Amino acid sequence: MDQIVKFYQTGTFTVGNRLLAEGQRSVQADMHRTNSLNSGHRACQGCGEALGARYAIDAAMQATGNQLIAVNATGCLEVFSTPYPETSWQIPWIHSLFGNAAAVASGVAAAQRALGRPHVRVIAQGGDGGTTDIGFGCLSGMFERNDDVLYICYDNEAYMNTGVQRSSATPPAARTATTPAIGSSPGNVFGTGKNVPLIAMAHRIPYVATASVANLRDLERKVTSAMEIDGARYIHIHVPCPLGWGSAPEDTLKVARLAVESGLFPLFEARHGKITDRTPIRRKVPVTEYLKTQKRFAHLFGNPPELGRLALIQQIADRNIEEFGLLQ
Amino acid sequence: MLKQIEGSRAVAEAIALCRPQVICAYPITPQTHIVEGLGEMVKAGEIANCEFINVESEFAALSVAIGASAAGVRAYTATSSQGLLYMAEAVYNAAGLGLPIVMTIGNRAIGAPINIWNDHSDSMALRDAGWIQLYAETNQEALDLHIQAFRLAEELSCPVMVCMDGFILTHAYDRVDIPSQEAVDAFLPRYEPRQVLDPADPVSIGAMVGPEAFTEVRYLSHHKQLRALGLIPRLAATFKDQFGRDSGGLIRAYRTEDAETIVVALGSVNGTVQEVVDSMREQGSRIGSVSICSFRPFPLTALREVLQHAKRVVVLEKCLAVGLGGIVSDGVRKSLSGIVLNGYTVIAGLGGRAITRGSLTRLFEDAERDELEQVTFLDLDADVVSYELERESAEPRPGPTAEAILRRLGTVASRIG
Repeated sequence: MDQIVKFYQTGTFTVGNRLLAEGQRSVQADMHRTNSLNSGHRACQGCGEALGARYAIDAAMQATGNQLIAVNATGCLEVFSTPYPETSWQIPWIHSLFGNAAAVASGVAAAQRALGRPHVRVIAQGGDGGTTDIGFGCLSGMFERNDDVLYICYDNEAYMNTGVQRSSATPPAARTATTPAIGSSPGNVFGTGKNVPLIAMAHRIPYVATASVANLRDLERKVTSAMEIDGARYIHIHVPCPLGWGSAPEDTLKVARLAVESGLFPLFEARHGKITDRTPIRRKVPVTEYLKTQKRFAHLFGNPPELGRLALIQQIADRNIEEFGLLQ
Repeated sequence: MLKQIEGSRAVAEAIALCRPQVICAYPITPQTHIVEGLGEMVKAGEIANCEFINVESEFAALSVAIGASAAGVRAYTATSSQGLLYMAEAVYNAAGLGLPIVMTIGNRAIGAPINIWNDHSDSMALRDAGWIQLYAETNQEALDLHIQAFRLAEELSCPVMVCMDGFILTHAYDRVDIPSQEAVDAFLPRYEPRQVLDPADPVSIGAMVGPEAFTEVRYLSHHKQLRALGLIPRLAATFKDQFGRDSGGLIRAYRTEDAETIVVALGSVNGTVQEVVDSMREQGSRIGSVSICSFRPFPLTALREVLQHAKRVVVLEKCLAVGLGGIVSDGVRKSLSGIVLNGYTVIAGLGGRAITRGSLTRLFEDAERDELEQVTFLDLDADVVSYELERESAEPRPGPTAEAILRRLGTVASRIG
């Protein structure tokens, strides 16, 4: 930031908008923000996905001068935003299927080229199920062709729309409807799942980033950066789901922040397959602080607590911190 | 311009004349040569303002076409067999969204057992997905139907499949008349999308629809196809006026005026059927045939008019409704509701089994004597079947059927005759 800001002025770690020059203020603070995902939709209280989508799409709208088309995979975001005849979308928006958002977006982008409208940009968006599982083939195809699409995955770590079933983004030990907290090793299996940001990087696409609703300014900045680049881009946003995670709706930002500060969800940017920036952890917290906020991990804290598996989760966080260099 | 070219090339040239803007390509035998041809033409700059996209699956191919079509451009793809099934979800979706995509089906059997040769199992499996389905008899008709298909699709805002027999048409070198660009432009106006994703006028497309309106949405897609029953013959007539050729339409009757026996079939086998009809007529038979070009919408009234005075109808099908018999027969018999005549279903040409004039002659002669079963499998090798049935009942773990049959047949299994 160009402007020197004294943090004590706000009393928190947040840099308040009123302290910043106008050009540095957030998109959401802008009188002309587009409210692309308008109020009145039917997301649950405290929905991280609704929050993430609102910030991401408004930032993309501002970055493109409102020349944006969005393609949505089937999922919570689609269902809660378009219970026709109501729609929350103030932008051209299409939903086709669960597994084809990236391919439909490739088609929309191809149409813009054919029509000679390169200034009209395309975003595809879906949840972790629609991205890391059923939509993965189309996503990888869009990446390798370097189609001019920004794909945003709102990762709430399970199939929430169908009632909280495990996806390949579900963390170890988490209880879901298909990884119940019963038996000798309750919850999701350790050593499974895939890291789609890293897989996206392996495609050597121009831009990959992770973001979190814990840091909405960073999220906006990453979307803005992504829209300044042509070709295939990917942003993976961590979005707590109070319903599926068993967290308090008012704790969505806190839970998201603990995921980042524990090292379980590293924030970074990568260009052409190389990590170019990461967000350092300011105050490292043990993973238990994060896990305790959510009922999906409650079985880890029984009597006696599952110290062995808690240690394994701490190992995952520590490895992230080391690999991504999060403690500086 | 007259050219002696492969059927696939003829279709590719027809598509190019239709000025497509997005073409999605994924290889699957036997449609591959079509998209190869188009890829060449786009790369050479022969199709202006057209994006050619190599995708990673058929599911993606149609999905890209869906995105392109919804964004307001003319979109095309082609597939066959497993590829059509792999994109099945998107096939329904394109129709549900009312997107006027045109797709060629190079008709091919569906596995297992895996088989690359021709029958109609693939397009028949998706017959109720909401697409219009047109079946070409010849390469010339395949070429012409694609030009008609774009106009039909765009007038109705409904996707159209043009089905052509794999290998028999796609790989056959035949003489075709390729129309001029001016002639095609005069027939096919610029695409004006009914709905479009445009930042200047934002709309939401693809919302959830509950019980309160789903029936009405589905009724309207049915209604759209009923409108097509009128539009398809009108377009064929306009096409004839402008190009001087009979192509398309709902059905085409051949020597049916006084026929007691009428054979109904789809696609290229009609050529063979007509030859057999000619030779049997020379022997005094009162036989004729009907080629169904439009299978969806199904031409109930047009068929009834042609078939109602016959004594018997033989439906020759390159597909099988397992556990029932025929698929085409269902529609044909529905068209004859209340009329008493003998109806026979003949399953023929599965997985590329050749349908010969000899076999058809014997079959139709049996039909004339009303000696056919309700459902007949043409040229079924009864020895192979009974041997396999005995073996399966005798052995506690008989193993895979197809492999056992091939072992017994030996290297002749590679024959397709």
